[in-house]
Amino acid sequence: MSLRSRRWFVNECGVGMGAMAFHQLMAAATDPMAPKQPHFAPKAKNVIFLFMAGAPSHLELFDYKPQLAKFSGTLPPPELLKGYRAAFINPNSTLLGPKFDFAPAGGNGTLISELLPHFKTIVDDVAIVKSMSTDAFNHAPGQLLMNTGGMIFGRPSMGAWVVYGLGNQSKDLPAFIVFSTGKKGPSGGNSCWGSGFLPTVYQGVQFRSTGDPVLYLSNPPGVDEGLQRDTLDTLSKMNRMRHDAVGDPEIETRINSFEMAFRMQASAPELMDVSNEPKSVLDLYGVEPGKPSFAATCLLARRMVERGVRFVQIYHEAWDQHGNLKKDLAINCNDTDQACAALVKDLKQRGLLDDTLVVWGGEFGRTPMVQGGDDGRDHHPNAFTMWMAGGGIKPGVVMGETDDLGFNVTKDKVHVHDLHATILHLLGFDHTKLTYKFQGRDFRLTDVHGNVVKQLLA
Amino acid sequence: MTGCAQRFAVAVVLAFPATASAQEKVDFATDVQPILQRSCVGCHGPKVQLGTLRLDSKDAASKTIHAGEHEQSSLYQRIAGIGDQARMPMGAKPLPAAEIATIKRWIDEGASWPESLSAKANFKKHWSFVPPVRPALPAVKLASWPRNPVDAFVLARLEKEALRPSPEADRVTLIRRLHLDLTGLPPEPDAVDAFLADKRPDAFERLVDRLLASPHYGERWGRHWLDAARYADSDGFEKDKQRSVWFYRDWVINALNRDMPYDRFIIEQIAGDLLPNATQDQKVATGFLRNSMVNEEGGIDPEQFRMEAMFDRIEAVGKGVLGLTAQCAQCHNHKFDPFTQEEYYQLFAFLNDSHEGSMVVYSPQEQQRRAAIFMRVLEIEDDLKHRTPDWEAKFTAWQKSVTAKDPQWTVVLPDVEDISTGGQKYLPMSDGSLLAAGYAPTKHRAHLIVKTEMTRIGALRLELLKDPDLPLGGPGRSTLGTAALSEFSVEVERPEKPGVTQEVCIAGASADLNMPKSPLEPQYHDKSDAQKQNRRVTGPIAYAIDGDTDTAWTTDAGPGRRNVPRNAVFNLEQPIEGGKGVTLHIYLTQNHGGWNSDANQNQNLGRIRLSLTDASGVEAEPPLTFSQWRTTVPEWGAANEEIENLWSAHPAGSSQLVLNTREKKRETHLLVRGDFLKPGKVITAGVPAFLNPLPPDAPANRLTFANWLVDRQAPTTARSIVNRVWQNYFGTGIVATSEDLGTQADARSHPELLDWMAVEFMDSGWSFKKLHRLIVTSAAYRQTSKVTPELLAADPYNRLISRGPRLRVEGEVVRDIALAASGLLNPKVGGPSVYPPAPDFLFLPPASYGPKIWDVETGPDRYRRGLYTFRYRSVPYPVLQNFDTPNGDTSCVRRVRSNTPLQALTTLNEPLFVEAAQALADLTLKKGGETDADRVTFAFRRCVSRRPDAAEKQTLLSFLENQKPRGEREAWTALSRVLLNLDETITKE
Repeated sequence: MSLRSRRWFVNECGVGMGAMAFHQLMAAATDPMAPKQPHFAPKAKNVIFLFMAGAPSHLELFDYKPQLAKFSGTLPPPELLKGYRAAFINPNSTLLGPKFDFAPAGGNGTLISELLPHFKTIVDDVAIVKSMSTDAFNHAPGQLLMNTGGMIFGRPSMGAWVVYGLGNQSKDLPAFIVFSTGKKGPSGGNSCWGSGFLPTVYQGVQFRSTGDPVLYLSNPPGVDEGLQRDTLDTLSKMNRMRHDAVGDPEIETRINSFEMAFRMQASAPELMDVSNEPKSVLDLYGVEPGKPSFAATCLLARRMVERGVRFVQIYHEAWDQHGNLKKDLAINCNDTDQACAALVKDLKQRGLLDDTLVVWGGEFGRTPMVQGGDDGRDHHPNAFTMWMAGGGIKPGVVMGETDDLGFNVTKDKVHVHDLHATILHLLGFDHTKLTYKFQGRDFRLTDVHGNVVKQLLA
Repeated sequence: MTGCAQRFAVAVVLAFPATASAQEKVDFATDVQPILQRSCVGCHGPKVQLGTLRLDSKDAASKTIHAGEHEQSSLYQRIAGIGDQARMPMGAKPLPAAEIATIKRWIDEGASWPESLSAKANFKKHWSFVPPVRPALPAVKLASWPRNPVDAFVLARLEKEALRPSPEADRVTLIRRLHLDLTGLPPEPDAVDAFLADKRPDAFERLVDRLLASPHYGERWGRHWLDAARYADSDGFEKDKQRSVWFYRDWVINALNRDMPYDRFIIEQIAGDLLPNATQDQKVATGFLRNSMVNEEGGIDPEQFRMEAMFDRIEAVGKGVLGLTAQCAQCHNHKFDPFTQEEYYQLFAFLNDSHEGSMVVYSPQEQQRRAAIFMRVLEIEDDLKHRTPDWEAKFTAWQKSVTAKDPQWTVVLPDVEDISTGGQKYLPMSDGSLLAAGYAPTKHRAHLIVKTEMTRIGALRLELLKDPDLPLGGPGRSTLGTAALSEFSVEVERPEKPGVTQEVCIAGASADLNMPKSPLEPQYHDKSDAQKQNRRVTGPIAYAIDGDTDTAWTTDAGPGRRNVPRNAVFNLEQPIEGGKGVTLHIYLTQNHGGWNSDANQNQNLGRIRLSLTDASGVEAEPPLTFSQWRTTVPEWGAANEEIENLWSAHPAGSSQLVLNTREKKRETHLLVRGDFLKPGKVITAGVPAFLNPLPPDAPANRLTFANWLVDRQAPTTARSIVNRVWQNYFGTGIVATSEDLGTQADARSHPELLDWMAVEFMDSGWSFKKLHRLIVTSAAYRQTSKVTPELLAADPYNRLISRGPRLRVEGEVVRDIALAASGLLNPKVGGPSVYPPAPDFLFLPPASYGPKIWDVETGPDRYRRGLYTFRYRSVPYPVLQNFDTPNGDTSCVRRVRSNTPLQALTTLNEPLFVEAAQALADLTLKKGGETDADRVTFAFRRCVSRRPDAAEKQTLLSFLENQKPRGEREAWTALSRVLLNLDETITKE
C-alpha cells in the first residue's frame, strides 16, 4: 500500500534508518511505504504470527512433567514460591498433574500432547522453545509485552516496526493485516497491533473473514463499479486541477491514495475468496467454505503472504483456562491444531516456508498449581512454550528446559525481548538499530534488552 | 542507551590491567584518569553530560567525590554497585574489581586531581531551561509587510534566507481558513458573502473577534487540549469499560470559551479541589489527572496499576504542561536532560496524595433544582421545630433511647476465600473493614471466614462504609455507588469437628434502610428468562435472609441520598456458644448484577465491616439526625410526606472522575528501576533543580505544584503551549518536537519569536484569545498557501513560514465538514458522548474483548460534531482512527497527519459520509437554484467556500450529465459524493 506523508517522513523517519542509501531515502521520502532493504540479507520476508491469546497451558501441550503428575495434589516446595505473585490463586495451592497423555513425535522424539495429533506431523519442521519467559502475569500487560515490547500502552507493535523497517511490497493490500478469530478480542485491544508513536500508516489493518474484509471496502448502495470509476476519474481530474493551481504535492498523494483504495476494492475480495482453492487444500486446513474459522483464516494468511503482505497476525483468544481446563483445551486444540500444521505444510509445499516465519504462542504460561477444584490453572509468567517454523528457523530443534514442575526455566531462557530480537534478526534487522526517535530518544522494539537466540537460527 | 553500551563494550575489550601496586600512592594521571576516560567520559564528558555530570573536569566531578571517604562518594558507590541506583557503567559490564579498588584507594588517599589534568567544564544552560525574556524586534528590509511583531520575526528569518513572503491569500480562502482554525467548521456560504461584502478596513479583525466569541471556538481548541489530556470515555485495559468523564470535556470547552487564563486553567486541572471553597467546576477540572487508564482484570494488583496511572499523570504533565520528557527519569536519571530519578519521584510525591475518586455532578439547571429542594426541606424542618418548642429535648431523648439499645460490638477482620470472589479483591483496611477493588464480577458469593474466641455470639452486624475510591464514594460498587445484597448466610464450624459446618438460622434482620420492592434496572438484567427476570427485585433487608437469591437488600435510597453508609444487623435464632473458639463461615451472595461482568453491571458491596455481639434481639442503628427522627414522629406525617416528595424530584446528576485528596498522606519512595515492588528511599515533594525553584515555605501539596507549573519563571510552560498553538496553525511548531523542549529538542525555526510570544502570552494575562488574535491577524498567517516549485525547493516543509499553511484537517474536522456542508450538522455544544453509526461487529467479540454498548443514534445526536463521538480506547471509532485521531492511551501533543487509501475508503463509503452526500444532494435540489450550473456552484461552495472556475464547473457538469440516467437525486448524490471527497474539501488552504 503506498501510504504517503512526506512531511513527517523526511523530518523524523529518516533519523532511525541508519545508513540508508541516498536514492532510497529520496524514494522513501515520497512514500513511507516504499519497499526498503533491511540491515542485512534477510532469511524471512514475511511473518505469520498465530497469537494464542489467553495463554495456553504449556503443561498440557508441549512440556510434559511426570514429576508434576507424581506430586499432583501436594503443595509445591516453598522455596519455589518465594516472591512469586499469582493473579488469582493463593500461590500456596496444590500441584495439578498434566491432564493429557504425551507421546514422542518427529525425528527428535520430543513428547507432544495427545491433543496435538497434527502438530506431531510437523515437529521436524519447527523449533519448539520450552524456555519462554515474560514479565507480566495479567492478560493486557502480557499481550502488550509480547506484541509491543512494553507492558503499558503507547508503544508500536512488532508488525508496525517491521513495516516501518521494510515498507510494503504489495501494490494493493496493506502490509500488516490482523484477524481476530477467538471467543473474544484480545485483552490488549487495538494497541496489540497499533503504531504507538510510529506514524499511523504502520498500524495493523483489521480484516474479517466474513462480510467486507476491510471496513468501508464496499461501495455504498446504488454505486456500481462504473459509477465508482467515474467518481474516481472525476476526483482525480478535480484534484489535479487543484494541484496545478496551488502546487501542493500532498494532493498527488491524495490522488494515489484514492487509486489504491479503488484497487483494494478489487484485490481484497479476490484475496478473501477461497472458492478456487482445490478441495485438497481446503481439506488440509479443515476449511468449510463460507464458514468463518481459525482454519479459514490460516488459509487466508497463506494467500496474503503469496500476495506480498509482510506481517499477518491471527489472534485466537480462547486459552484462559482458569477452569474447564480439560474440556476447553480439547476444544481449542480441535479448533486450531490441524490448521496450524496445515499452514506449515502448505507453505512448505509451495516453497514459501523458506522465507515465511510462522510463530505460535500466547502471552504467558499456566501455573503448575491448580485453580478452582481440580480443573484449572492460573496465569504463569516464569515459563511457557512457543514454536516457530520457516524463515530461517532451524527445523527440528527443541530448545530450553524447565524444572520438574514446569515452573521455572532451568536452561536457555528466552525472554520475550529475545524473541523479538530473533524475529527482527530473521527479517534482516539488527534489533538495536531499528530505531525511531521519539521524545528525545531512540526507541526500539526491544527497548534496552534482547539477544538474538542463535540456537534457533538455521 | 545503545550508543553508550557499545562504547563500553569496546572499552572493556581494550582494557589493560589496572595498575597501582599496594605500596605506592595511586596516581591520578597514570592510574585513575585512564579508567575514567575509558569507561565514563563517553557519557559524562565534553560531548554528553548525562545526569549533568562530567568526569573529565575536577570541579564538575567534585559532587561525586568525597575526598577520604569512598563510602560517601557516589562515584565509588555507582561503579561498585552499592545502593539503589543502577550500577555504572550503565548498560555495560561492571568495571574489573582491580579498577574499582584503584578508585576506592584514590578517593581514600585524598582524591588528588591536578588542575592541569582537568578540562574546563562548561555547562551552558539549555535554552529552554532559562526563563524567556522578551527579545527586541529584529530589523527588516521589507518594512511595509509586517502587521504585528510576529511578522518582524518571520520576515527577518525569510530575509536571512533571501526569501520573500508570499502574497496575501484571497478573502474566500482567508475566511475558510479562519473558520476552520478558530471553530473547526467551514463557513456557511452566507457568511462568506457577508465577509466579501464587508468593505470596512477592519472587516478581518471583526471576523476574528466574532469567531473567537463562537461557542465552537472552545470545541475546536478544547479538542487540542483533550489530546494532551488523553481524554477518552472508557478505562482502557481489556474490558475497557465505560467511564463518565464528559463533564471534564465540557469543562475544557467552557473554560476556553470563557478565555480562562492558561495559568488558572492549569491550576484548576492539577489542584482545583484544593482551592478555597472549591466549586463543582474546579473539582471536575481535576478529571485531567484522572484520565489515566485503569486495569480491572481479574488477576491484577490494584497498586500496580495505581502506579501506572501515576506514571501516566507525570507523563501527561510533562508533555502537556512542561513540554519535557519527565517520564524518562522514571527508572533512572534522564539520559539527556538534567533531570534525576530522585527529582522525578519528588514530582511524583506531589501527586501521590489522592484517591481515585468520582463525584456526582449536576448541570446548572440541576444545581438550581437541588438548591430549591434543599431550601424547601430546611423550611419545612424549621417550621416543625418552630411549632414544637420542646423539640430539642424530645430529639435528644430519642437519640438516647436509640443508643441505649446499642450492644457492645466487636469488629472482626475476616479472611476471604480467594476462589469465592470471582476475581474481586477484598483489601483489608486499617479499621477492620474490607474494600472491594479490581475486577467486579456481576455475580459472586463471597466466603468470609472469621475465627473468634467470643464465648457467645447473638448477632452479626454488616456495615457498608463509604470510601473515596468507590464510585461516587460508595458504599457499593455500582456506577451509582450502590449495592445489593442477595443473601446473607452463616455457617458455624466448631473446634471439636474441624471441617464440618452447620448452618446457623437467622431469626430476623434489621437495617437502617428498607426500600420498597422494586424491579431491577435493565442494565442489571441477566440472561435468564423473563419470568425469572421479573422475580429479580430489590427492597428491604428481609430480602437478604429470605433464602431467595433473586431478592436483594438494596442501599439505593434514590438520587441525592444514595451515597451514605448503611448497616444491617442479623439476629441468630440460637446464639452460638463459643468458649474454645469457633469459626464462622459467612456468605455474602451478590447476584444482582447483569449478565456482563465487563460492562459496569455489578451491584457489589464496596466496603464492608463485620462485627459480632453477644447480645440478642439487636436492632440496626439509624442515623441519629433530625431528619431521621422526624420520620418517627407520627403527627408529622404530612411534613414527612412533603419532604419525601421533594426528594423524589431530586435530579440524578451525572458522575465524573475526580481526585480526592487523602487525609492520610502516602509515603513516596524512589522506585528502583521504576518497579513498584522495589521501593527505595523515601522521597519528599520537590522540583527539579534545573527548573524554577519552589517558593520558600510553600506547603508540599498539589496546589503548590500547580502554582509552580505556571509560575512566571517556569522556563518551559509558556513556551510549550505557545509552540503548540503555533503548531496547530502552521502544522509544525517553532520547535518541531512539541512534546520535548529539552536538550534533545529539534532546532527552533524562530527562536526569538518563540520567546517573544511566550512573554507576550504571559504579559497578556495568559489569554489564549489574545494569542490567537495576535497570530491570525499577522501578515504571516494571511499569506497564500499556493506554492511554486522554486519555493517548495527552498522551504519544503514551510518551516520558514514562507507561505500560508495548507494542511489536511484533523479527523474530527474531516467529519464535521461533511456534516456542515450537507446541512446535517447538529451544532449542540456539550453533553454526554454520542454513538454515530458504526459497524456492530466492532463492539462484539471477537473484534472486541467483550460486548460493548454502541446504541447507534437515530435522532439528532447522530450528527453531532466529531469531538462528541464516544471514545473507547480499545475500539476507537474507525472514521476518526483512520484520520490519525489519537485514542487517549497516552498524552499526545502532536498528531501525525497521514494520507492513506483507508481514508479514501472512509470518505467514499462510510455510511455517514454517504448520508451526507444524499443530504447535500437534497439541499442542492431544494435551494441550489434553477439550473444545473447554479446548483453545481451551490454545492461546490458548501464544500470549499469558493466558486468553481470554468474548467472545474465543466468537469462537474459533465460528470453530472453522465449520471443523470440514474435519476435526478441519484445523479446529484453522486456529484455530492465527489465534492465531499475532494482534497480541497478536507484541507485548510
